Amino acid sequence: MRIELQKRANVSTLFSIISPLLALLLTLVFGAIMFWLLGKSPLGSLYIYFVEPLLEVWSLHELAVKAAPLILIAVGLAVCYRSNNWNIGAEGQFTIGAITGSILPVLYPEWHSWAILPMMMVMGVIGGALYAAIPALLKTRFNTNEILTSLMLVYIAGLFLDWLVRGPWRDPKGYNFPVTKSFQVEAVLPEILDSGRAHWAFIFAIVAAMALWFMMRFMLKGFEVSVLGQSERAGRFAGFSARRMAWFSMLLSGGLAGLAGISEVSGSIGHLQPSISPGYGFTAIIVAFLGRLNPLGIIASGLVLALTYLGGEAAQAALQISDKAARVFQGMLLFFVLSCDTLIHYRIRLILAGGKTAEARA
Amino acid sequence: MFEAILLTVITASTPLVVAALGELVTERSGVLNLGVEGMMIMGAVCAFAAAQLSGSPYVGILAGIFGGGLFSLLFGFLTLTLVANQVATGLALTILGLGLSGQIGEVFVGQPGIKLQPIVFPILSDIPFFGRVLFSQDLIFYLSVALVVGINWFLFRSRTGLKLRAIGDSHSSAHALGINVIRTRYLAVMFGGACAGLAGAQLSLVYTPQWVENMSAGRGWIALALVVFASWRPWRILAGGYLFGAVGIGQLHAQIVAQNLGIVIPSQFLSALPYAATIVVLIIISHNRRTTLINTPASLGKPFVPDR
Repeated sequence: MRIELQKRANVSTLFSIISPLLALLLTLVFGAIMFWLLGKSPLGSLYIYFVEPLLEVWSLHELAVKAAPLILIAVGLAVCYRSNNWNIGAEGQFTIGAITGSILPVLYPEWHSWAILPMMMVMGVIGGALYAAIPALLKTRFNTNEILTSLMLVYIAGLFLDWLVRGPWRDPKGYNFPVTKSFQVEAVLPEILDSGRAHWAFIFAIVAAMALWFMMRFMLKGFEVSVLGQSERAGRFAGFSARRMAWFSMLLSGGLAGLAGISEVSGSIGHLQPSISPGYGFTAIIVAFLGRLNPLGIIASGLVLALTYLGGEAAQAALQISDKAARVFQGMLLFFVLSCDTLIHYRIRLILAGGKTAEARA
Repeated sequence: MFEAILLTVITASTPLVVAALGELVTERSGVLNLGVEGMMIMGAVCAFAAAQLSGSPYVGILAGIFGGGLFSLLFGFLTLTLVANQVATGLALTILGLGLSGQIGEVFVGQPGIKLQPIVFPILSDIPFFGRVLFSQDLIFYLSVALVVGINWFLFRSRTGLKLRAIGDSHSSAHALGINVIRTRYLAVMFGGACAGLAGAQLSLVYTPQWVENMSAGRGWIALALVVFASWRPWRILAGGYLFGAVGIGQLHAQIVAQNLGIVIPSQFLSALPYAATIVVLIIISHNRRTTLINTPASLGKPFVPDR
């Protein structure tokens, strides 16, 4: 048996919509098999994983809390990937954004003014963007592969945060725990509703997704992103510069990751500590692809991936399955998304041993 | 003292060298597999599990090679058969590998591992100064040296190696000449996976004989940088691997020395050195666009769909 691909004349609209759903379905099937192998009831486990977190108000709030950073980071990454710039260091930009955004509340804990919060957010954006400027500079000036440099910077950012909270920024009254002082009330991102924990980061995420959707769809800049991503040569003829695009997309995604970082620290954690992210920067890569690099799709996929985090926690409590199962789910999902995307551009034919062709329309 | 440092440098460098050599062959065939980190960690967990269950580190090595190779097949299927984006699929492989290895390795956390013992060559190992360093090592070290020689011969002296390089430079021309592009690339990807798996086995059987989640700690990514550093030549991988290994070990010793001298250098700054060094090295190697263009396999990362 052989698999043969045949290029479609036009991109299939049908499969553009079906492909992510098919990927989700396949992930659920394989997830059920994994639970079965672990000796748990497959359907019961899937229920605890993917349905139960949606049934209560507080866990819906948690969903928004987890989805916010994922969406914020992923919409930025989508612009990067569309323009063929491979920023995979969002986790590092998230960390640096969290650090620069926390400068004010850590150094001026007695400053009680409404102005502190907007300033923190702006500083977070700037920090994340500047950190993403390093791989952008290295790529445009020294021709250095941005995949490797942005990733190396993730490790460096993590160590820098670790040093800060164990060293100069440690709360002297914190019983030797590696944490900073808790932020003053004015420096905490407020909740949206009284009913739960979901805070303003979720609104930032929705606004960012809408704005980038508008840009990609109706503005020249969006067209520039797509053209340069598909063919740098064609872009040059249109007068677009790949170099400037590298800067634009890296700064944009870095800034959004930085905003995600400071919102997470300010809204959800309330202080800095050695670990501030369960891998949001990497999971956002999956979110971006599951959303087919479309900002509106990313809102939906961000919620789905947030659900895997919540389900992971629920399953840990109810089924004694380790939280690593969540990461397995996330990895599988990305695999299936990437395989299903083939259907959008190609028709797949299975060629059986006897030479008979079985046309698989799916 | 000096001999001891040299021995630790070798132990730290071997996984980098082995993983980078595998990736070099993969990339020479025109496929960019960014999943080295994931294949390495899968190799590490398979090796550790097999060694624990069988009681033999050699079974562990085989399991590591097999695990890494099998895992890379997933990447091969997606990028070669389904022509998925290679960068994204490589990332997927790393994310899945880190998750899956954590899940598999859960039961082994905290168990004392079985260390792979060195194979001592009598007489040779008695040579003063470098005898013990070179001839009293574990199997994986010897394999790493053999791989450098073997891959160098294969790529530049054998017919199949020539074909592999032809595919990497122009898959369409190679296809027109009747070379089976997809099959060769599958084999190259699996070879890369097997090497990454072997490197992982070295981590969990030699470097730190135990299972710790995420124990590859970015070494797969450093191996990827090493391939660029070596401009796709096996001998330079050996040199580069030892350079990177030395930086990693050097920072550990610098911490001790600084402590003795009463200088306070935060340990985090020194731990960041290998990553910072990788960036610096990449800048030095890549800044000349022309030489980079000449050295890079021309169809690296480009999808190939055979026209029938």
